[in-house]
Amino acid sequence: MSRYVLSRTAAMGATLLSVALLVFILLSVVPGDPARLAAGPEASPETYRLIRDKLDLDHPWPVRFVRWLGGLMRGDAGESLNYRRPVVELLWTGLSVTLPLAMLSLFMALLLAVPLGILAASRAGGPLDLATVGAAQLGMALPEFWLGILLAGLFAVRWTVLPVGGFPGWDQPGDALLHLLLPATALALPRAAYLARMVRGAVADVLAEDYMRTAHAKGMPGTRVLLLHALRNALVPVITSAGLTLARLLAGALVVENVFFLPGLGRFALIGVHARDLPLIGGIAVTTAALMVFLSFAVDLAYGSLDPRIRRT
Amino acid sequence: MRRLGLYLGLVLILLPLGFVLAGVAWTPHPPTLMGPQRLAAPGMDHPMGTDWFGRDLLSRVMVGGRATLAVAATAVATGGLLGTAVGTWAGVRGAVAGEFVMRGVDVLLAFPTVLAALVLATVWGPGILGVAVALAVANIPFFARLARAGAMTLHERHYVAAARAVGAGDLHIVLRHILPNMASPLVVQATVSMAGAVLAEASLSYLGLGVQPPQPSWGRMLQEAQAYFYLSPWPALFPGLALATLVLGLNLVGDGLRDLLDPTLRRLTSARLATGRAHRSGRPQSR
Repeated sequence: MSRYVLSRTAAMGATLLSVALLVFILLSVVPGDPARLAAGPEASPETYRLIRDKLDLDHPWPVRFVRWLGGLMRGDAGESLNYRRPVVELLWTGLSVTLPLAMLSLFMALLLAVPLGILAASRAGGPLDLATVGAAQLGMALPEFWLGILLAGLFAVRWTVLPVGGFPGWDQPGDALLHLLLPATALALPRAAYLARMVRGAVADVLAEDYMRTAHAKGMPGTRVLLLHALRNALVPVITSAGLTLARLLAGALVVENVFFLPGLGRFALIGVHARDLPLIGGIAVTTAALMVFLSFAVDLAYGSLDPRIRRT
Repeated sequence: MRRLGLYLGLVLILLPLGFVLAGVAWTPHPPTLMGPQRLAAPGMDHPMGTDWFGRDLLSRVMVGGRATLAVAATAVATGGLLGTAVGTWAGVRGAVAGEFVMRGVDVLLAFPTVLAALVLATVWGPGILGVAVALAVANIPFFARLARAGAMTLHERHYVAAARAVGAGDLHIVLRHILPNMASPLVVQATVSMAGAVLAEASLSYLGLGVQPPQPSWGRMLQEAQAYFYLSPWPALFPGLALATLVLGLNLVGDGLRDLLDPTLRRLTSARLATGRAHRSGRPQSR
């Protein structure tokens, strides 16, 4: 086990380094003159000089990369050109919205998908099963941002029962959660549809196993068999896939935040793109990509600990 | 019955596709012509109603899908070809090349399409090129993984050894013996990828990173519709409906093809375990 963990950790370190290098090259080497890009075509020579100083461009790029990387390790990602504040400060603000949003939608998706998937599988071919399968197929086809627009239009604009958008901050936790409700639903529904299909498939596979027949034969009550034998085995792929689902939700949040004007990473990123705020975009890109790498690392470990066959290779 | 989903999916794809193709030759009204009726409800003259500027929504939906379909198809084709080429090369070359490619796959997987598109839009400015490149790159890992797993198993087959014995070169073996035998999972992946690419392109156009106005696009139309939803919900309904129908159709066709081609997929199972990534290598995936 420890050898597997070690090799995975080494691979993760290498991936993180490559991710940082890729972001750096895209934002700081490919443009040729990043200061010209950030300043924009109509900037005065003084503004240009100022931005050039701020971006610290007077060294060859490998030196700049090492400096930037060192800064990142110390929790310093430079200063945002647009907000004139440390990028790290903005990243924390963004994460304090994006992460809870993704977690809330993961929770909602699981809450909806797991019971539905189990019920559907235990009555395979029945009306509930067909309805679940159909609804899941439909749900997976819905664009999250469209769902967000429709939900906001109905619940916030038409019926005015929930806020349209914006975020009050975590000082008022109840109000903050209320503001996350609609965006989280928009993110959760398509994921719930995907997960429900997965749970249904996994439970159906387990129900066909020999040990299920044995459990029934020895006189175990049906519900107990379902909960004790079927669920435990069927939920393994679902639990381990929660990491990948969370990754998908984080990526989706980058878009949906903009539907609801939530000040998360995605909102900052979009504003950053239009302001050509290179330090901010770099910080957001590295943070998000690192989150993705961590999540897939966690998934690998979870799989390794649950399935010994994977560890050995 | 088994192929019901496949046929239903094809019909659902043809519906929006037909509208878009017809829109190339003819639209009921010029899509950018502003009329006197603003935000009209669906009626005889405007079957889907009109938008804030009095432009005919049906015409705009017909024209607006063009960019989505073109960008998604180009990106999936490019990413699919690149991924397949790299993956096949790694599978045939063996462990060192394979490890190298898989690390590259890990790096690319760290960048969700939206993130990649945001970074590219910062450097190149918002536009269709950045979106297409982001989508293509995002698709490389899935095809690379599938192709590597497939090529690894097929490379061990006796008929490959036999071909080599009679003097066939690497390129000949790959083109004649390996690629044709692992085409099915790649075709299924292409369908699933297409659904994901359509969704991603629309999301990015919604954010204003894709097709630029005045050219209409489904994502862009939805962004405009959001602003006056309180006046009329119709403009927010139809472009999304077209989008969802197309994606639903693609997903159904993907599922149907997978069922149809199942034996081939099952044959790759051992390869899947061998790569140590049973959960992520064998099955088609989307973002």
